[in-house]
Amino acid sequence: MLLNRFKKLPTFLLRPIPLKILQPAINRAVSKVIEKNPQIFDRLATNGNKSILINPTNLPMVFLFKPNHLNPSVYAYRNENGLSYDASISGSVLTLLSMIDGELDGDALFFTRDIVINGDTEAIVALRNAFDDVDGSIANDIAQIFGRIGKKSLYLLRKIKRQEQKYGY
Amino acid sequence: MDTKIKAPELVCPAGTPASLRTAVDAGADAVYCGFRNATNARNFPGLNFTVEEMTTSVDYAHSRDTQVLLAINTFPPAGQIELWKQAINDGANIGVDAFIVADIGVARYISDNFPDIRLHLSVQAGASSPEAIKYYCQEFGVKRVVLPRILTVEEISSIHKQIPCEIEAFIFGNIGMMAEGRCSLTNYATGVSTNMDGVCSPASHIKYEEDENKNLHSKINDFTIDCFSCKENAGYPTICKGRYTSDIHKDPYYAFEEPVSLNLSSLLPELIKAGVTALKIEGRQRSRAYVRDVVSAYRLAVDNITAGKEPDLKNLIALTEGNKETQGAFKSKVWR
Repeated sequence: MLLNRFKKLPTFLLRPIPLKILQPAINRAVSKVIEKNPQIFDRLATNGNKSILINPTNLPMVFLFKPNHLNPSVYAYRNENGLSYDASISGSVLTLLSMIDGELDGDALFFTRDIVINGDTEAIVALRNAFDDVDGSIANDIAQIFGRIGKKSLYLLRKIKRQEQKYGY
Repeated sequence: MDTKIKAPELVCPAGTPASLRTAVDAGADAVYCGFRNATNARNFPGLNFTVEEMTTSVDYAHSRDTQVLLAINTFPPAGQIELWKQAINDGANIGVDAFIVADIGVARYISDNFPDIRLHLSVQAGASSPEAIKYYCQEFGVKRVVLPRILTVEEISSIHKQIPCEIEAFIFGNIGMMAEGRCSLTNYATGVSTNMDGVCSPASHIKYEEDENKNLHSKINDFTIDCFSCKENAGYPTICKGRYTSDIHKDPYYAFEEPVSLNLSSLLPELIKAGVTALKIEGRQRSRAYVRDVVSAYRLAVDNITAGKEPDLKNLIALTEGNKETQGAFKSKVWR
């Protein structure tokens, strides 16, 4: 079952990248996104003090997002064991990125159970609305931070998504 | 189709400045939106506009010949109208094209202080008879009524002939056919008022729990609203669309309404012929992806109809609640 979830992804995405290597790039991505879109904090209001687990179900890692305006952070972990958080959102990596980028509607994804949310619903709703007010592509911004491998990964993920939509698998 | 008909106005939702720009770019004739407080009926976390955002958004819309309608459509609690007055003053200063209101005190403040700004009667006012609508027109100078979603097309046509104002009708989106503007179910379950605080089923009171079998339980405070099986599409966590058991109904059943969206794409020609001036898309709480897809689909359909062509109606089922759509009372009073 676990293999089935991962089999459509490019193999280099599934390799266990050492988190010590990954984390600095994540930090740079967070800084860039926040620098370009400071209005996110205004929309989050008090929900910025909450912690949200982002679980891309077809990647071998999870991310803990703390959108505090003084010290926003995203930390990568191999799994959610031992982590405490206020809310979580799960879905395939491209589903989550497409929602953040305004390509897919979050409510529709919830209706079809393509995303699953747990915990503090208000935190998730506020986060979704805050990111939906961002122009441009956050996915592209994040991919650029990771250089060629980031851009190639995003390209392949989008290609897989298009095939899924076209052929229904 | 070979007879050209007058083009109706396409009125579209926006919960953020990005959504407003998306609606304008997708072909909206008018966009409706609200301030970030209890003065509007979509007072959701992370949603709506500051005064500064509204100012730049109105500039964006006006520069592209699109109107902005400001929703101030909740009911102020007794003695607490200052927030509503401030919203009206701000909207007037910004230069919005119309106010959408439900409360008669709010309507009176606008008609007394800003008589040159158009006044639209919100669906939240629940005015569904010619007598009620004429009252608002005579007393407050209402120029347009947004009709509750409880009328057939024939009834809309009949009302049109008896009232002195324009008609705006919902054509797509969330549908709650209970007494609009009078629902107290959220208030009962949470203490927060849909009508006065502007939020039905506040997210702060909602919990989703997926069990080990992937069944999704949606709850509002201590009340379980529904349990969706693992392969079943979900709906909004609103009490009126929940499934319940009772002594009489041992199996869960929809006691009020079902999780389903309104889609009147096939009724557009009849609505226009019935005298509807403006076609309204619901969904200020939805994303700009929803706004882009629904507005562009309806823009094309309306343009085709008014040009005397067959409408090209894009399939919007993927954006509907529970992936189900209905024509509701517009087609028949026995929709359930």
